[in-house]
Amino acid sequence: MTQATAVSKKRKRSFFYSGREDSPFKRLMIHAALWFACLIAIYPILRIISVSLRPGNTLLSTDLALIPDGATLESYRIMLFDKPFLSWLWNSLMITVATAVIGVILAATSAYAFSRHKFPGRAVGLVFLLTTQIIPAAMMIVPIYILAIQLELVGTYRGLVIAYAVTAVPFSIWILKGYYDTIPIDLEEAARIDGCSELEAFWRILLPLSTPALAIVFLFNFTTAWNDYLLARVMLGSQENLLTWPLGLQRLQGQFLTQWGQFSASSVMVAIPVMLLFLYTSKWLISGLTLGSVKG
Amino acid sequence: MIPNEVLVKSLTEVGTTVLYVLIGTAILEAVLYLVLMRWLKYRYALPFMLLAPAIVGLATLTIYPLLWELRLSFTNMSLRAFKDPQFIGLTNYVRVFTEPVLKQTYFFPLLGRTVLWTLINVMFHVIGGMVLALLLNRPMRGKGIYRMFLIIPWAVPQVIAVLAWRGEFHYEFGFINIILRQLGMTPVQWLSDPTANFLAMCITNIWLGIPFMMVILLGGLQSIAGDYYEAAEIDGANGWQKFWMVTVPLMRPVTTPVIILGTVWTFNNFNIPFFINQNELESSDILVTGLFRAAFQYNRYGFSAAFAFVIFGILLAYSIFYLKTTGGLKGATE
Repeated sequence: MTQATAVSKKRKRSFFYSGREDSPFKRLMIHAALWFACLIAIYPILRIISVSLRPGNTLLSTDLALIPDGATLESYRIMLFDKPFLSWLWNSLMITVATAVIGVILAATSAYAFSRHKFPGRAVGLVFLLTTQIIPAAMMIVPIYILAIQLELVGTYRGLVIAYAVTAVPFSIWILKGYYDTIPIDLEEAARIDGCSELEAFWRILLPLSTPALAIVFLFNFTTAWNDYLLARVMLGSQENLLTWPLGLQRLQGQFLTQWGQFSASSVMVAIPVMLLFLYTSKWLISGLTLGSVKG
Repeated sequence: MIPNEVLVKSLTEVGTTVLYVLIGTAILEAVLYLVLMRWLKYRYALPFMLLAPAIVGLATLTIYPLLWELRLSFTNMSLRAFKDPQFIGLTNYVRVFTEPVLKQTYFFPLLGRTVLWTLINVMFHVIGGMVLALLLNRPMRGKGIYRMFLIIPWAVPQVIAVLAWRGEFHYEFGFINIILRQLGMTPVQWLSDPTANFLAMCITNIWLGIPFMMVILLGGLQSIAGDYYEAAEIDGANGWQKFWMVTVPLMRPVTTPVIILGTVWTFNNFNIPFFINQNELESSDILVTGLFRAAFQYNRYGFSAAFAFVIFGILLAYSIFYLKTTGGLKGATE
């Protein structure tokens, strides 16, 4: 990567420079193809923004202009002040933060055991963690729902928070174990010789060195809970006060034709922060996801 | 603004949950410390103490529910027989294959549709992702900006993306039909015609899935040393030969796991069929949405438990077969 950028910096002569043997025509075609792909990628998103700006009387129009005539922020105002949109966001945020904190702690300690210790059942445990990844979500919903009814956990956050945290644990353990494995154990051994206990060495040496992977796992736990619709729908039942944003948004979309503008405005407000966070961390995210596999 | 009762209610709900978790963990660790460390002086006490919270969590929320579901699959539990279900042996498993799993749809057509859905999507994801990764894997201006725009479908929260697509498939006001009309073609009944609805699902999922493949494949392409291509050039290979003889074989360690993952994810994809179709057309259901419908629309709990294990068996067989033939798991548990 760094090599590639160095090369491109050295040869900035022409705008469409690419590769040694590419003709100008080929370069033009490549850029045209990429432009077209980008257009397909972002057009549906631009449409959401466009619809969210439409005034109520032209909500249903066959106009394709990105900035509609008489653009207005009315839909945003309605969502922010007249609808429980902020409550949905607050509920989601509470659940998500609790989930992510619990999930990261569970995964960080378990991954340490898998990475630094040999113990009976270790290989079986790792394969089991992989196996859980192929269980369809819909398969777990049936027993969890019926058990939750019997334990009277439906309509509360208790079951939901714990269920989310545990769902993300297997994948998080794999990511963190892969990352711990790349950190030489010598550092911890040196600390042990200087008088640290094993857990102190874990806390003071390994964890700070694993910050990027911990950040990825936090993000992964966060998005699992933040974007979930299915489990929340089943576990929260019809508790109006407890709705999370995906449930709320789906209700708006249910009355699609009348509230398309409000649905779009809320989508924009939910999606923009998530997208910025994602784009900002994406490079990190990829290296963290692929690190374990490259190491083999 | 947020009403106070909502603020307080969710704060207390979440707060008590965290408190319960903390107290539970503390008790668990104290017991383990006393028993394993002090009393038994067990060699592996520390790793098990570190693993204990995760083990308890997975045991109560994954293993126990699965065993419970297994037992459920041998009973006739439904909304009618919720309190005292009868043990009926393997009847549910026989029913999965012999009776309609939904109102009219039988198991095998549903399986066939799911396989078709998975094949179409994974194929387009891999081809689309590979084409874009190859286009981007060269020194050129604006690469970072292209990458950023191309990644956007992955960055949008999935529920939002899918619901927005559902809106755009509207017969009159969705942009797809508007564009089709402007091009002078007949608009399509995306939401009510079975074939068109299935196509709509595929379009949405392909749009959503290409960025992930592109990013992973691009990472793989960048790790291939240029020497291989130079050697191939000296041997007189053209671009097409370089792709098939150098790129494809060297990319195998990246493509194999990502294809397995992609297949399992697509096979299990719930959001797209569920939201595009909104539980209307049975002809757009795949196995996992059919499972949800059997359980929560028709309330046949025992039957849907058996159905779930059949689906799980298919996935397990596929994963084991693929891992065995490609040796993908080698070294992973070291």
